[in-house]
Amino acid sequence: MTQEGIEKALLRGLAQNDRKAVETIYRENYNMVQALIINNNGSADDARDIFQEAMIVLYEKARSGNFELNCQIKTYVYSVSRRMWLKRLQQANRFSEIGDTDNVVPVEEDVEDHEKKNLEFEMMEKAIGSLGEPCRSLLEAFYLQKKNMQEIAGSFGYTNAENAKTQKYKCLMRLKKIFFTHYKNGNGDE
Amino acid sequence: MNDNNEIMMLDAVERYIRGEMNPDERLHFENLRKTNAAIDQLVVEHTLFMQQVNQFGERKNFKTSLHDVHTDLSEQGKIHGDKLSGKAKVVYLWKRYRRVAAIAASIAGITTIALSSLVWSISPKPASEEIQKLNRDLFVQQVKTDLIQSDLADVKKNSKPDADKTIDYKTAATGFLIDGKGLMITNAHVVRKSKNIRVFNIKGQQFNAFVVKLDVLRDVAIIKIDDTRFKPIAALPYGIAKSSTDIAEPIFTLGFPRDEIVYGEGYMSAKTGYKGDTLSCQIAVPANPGNSGGPVFNQRGEVIGILSARQTTAEEAVFAIQSKYIFNAIDEIKKNDEYRNIKVSTRSTLAGMNKVEQVKKIQDYVFMVKGD
Repeated sequence: MTQEGIEKALLRGLAQNDRKAVETIYRENYNMVQALIINNNGSADDARDIFQEAMIVLYEKARSGNFELNCQIKTYVYSVSRRMWLKRLQQANRFSEIGDTDNVVPVEEDVEDHEKKNLEFEMMEKAIGSLGEPCRSLLEAFYLQKKNMQEIAGSFGYTNAENAKTQKYKCLMRLKKIFFTHYKNGNGDE
Repeated sequence: MNDNNEIMMLDAVERYIRGEMNPDERLHFENLRKTNAAIDQLVVEHTLFMQQVNQFGERKNFKTSLHDVHTDLSEQGKIHGDKLSGKAKVVYLWKRYRRVAAIAASIAGITTIALSSLVWSISPKPASEEIQKLNRDLFVQQVKTDLIQSDLADVKKNSKPDADKTIDYKTAATGFLIDGKGLMITNAHVVRKSKNIRVFNIKGQQFNAFVVKLDVLRDVAIIKIDDTRFKPIAALPYGIAKSSTDIAEPIFTLGFPRDEIVYGEGYMSAKTGYKGDTLSCQIAVPANPGNSGGPVFNQRGEVIGILSARQTTAEEAVFAIQSKYIFNAIDEIKKNDEYRNIKVSTRSTLAGMNKVEQVKKIQDYVFMVKGD
């Protein structure tokens, strides 16, 4: 396989959250990003944080379907990490220059897009977190773990699937209400 | 409002979004959508919501895999992971602290002079000029203590004339065991100048000890009890913490500011020590001369530091050497064959007990350290 072919296969694997693909990309790029962060006033924890965020950006990109990577994965991950770390440094009012500009592709939009999605993720996390039990587990089982109503009725101790469905409906209505309140507020602020 | 209808409607919307309807049903539903604005609105809204939920779920799963991969790869050593080593560590430390280093260097001269007048080591030194810095009460106390000590030494001498030669003690502080065979930690400034060291437990038993390792820079000393009267201990109740402690975490100390063990309680106030010193940390706890070398415990009964100094110009500013430097010192002596097999526990059996119980278990292993 050509280098390009390998990279494409890796991205396809990444989009499926395939363990092997994730591990390969992780292994091949982590130390590079860590060196970048460490050389620019960061700690190992920062490196891990930034790198994993960059991995999420790549993951979302790979999943979006219309994604054509016009550079190497390495270059992309490096560029995204670099951009995000710069932003963080600027926010902390610390040194805000990273010397090397070669081998960097423009990723401003991707990073901004990612930040918006991060906000949405946090909103959902908060909304689900504030639900309380059994609502939270019930919805997670149905929508995230994709279990069917029979299974859920069994494991949550409902007498039948209909009862579980009614309960799920009530929980969902609550979640939607909480989420959309934040969502609209969040969007209104901008 | 009919709940059942609502439930059925939402169910239909979800099946419609997921494409689970059969063609007839789908056609019917699409017609319904066209004619009923409320249903159309529900579909639009719910589609957005389901997208959010799905994205959330997928990203959550992906985050979990990232976390797992990171842990695996670090363990296999394929990425450097959380432990920086070698060059990376040096670069990290240098980058991080170069400003601090620059500032420190530029004021080093002033600091050196200021330091000697501001910070005094907490071991009581009867040398008269240093005692002048203490307040009067302490001075009286010190004299009294010295009297008692000399009495004690006389009694001991009379009762066991052969085992103990008389030592003219000049310094007294605290130390604590780190293994069952008599290895003990104290401050380097406590034992640095002493030729003879003797340690006393709370029962008044005394044992001869010698210095194994002095790290003057970090102010850590390892001493070893070398006395046939000392009975090895199977296991210490406390461990030495490897991780650092959070600010505001409650802490307590045990030490010998006088001839009696004294308990002190406080909290972690800053992660660095005097003037940003990164070897130590700042704690708020009552400390007096003699507390030097004493263990600082967190709530779980793990040693998080060695009490070392206090700032005379500030209230309640006491400094402790971070416990990780205990491990550094131990690693150093492990190079010596005699100590290669020493094991220091990082686990404490005291977690969950109340203070009284914890102190009861700990106090037997905290010693007064005296040297000439």
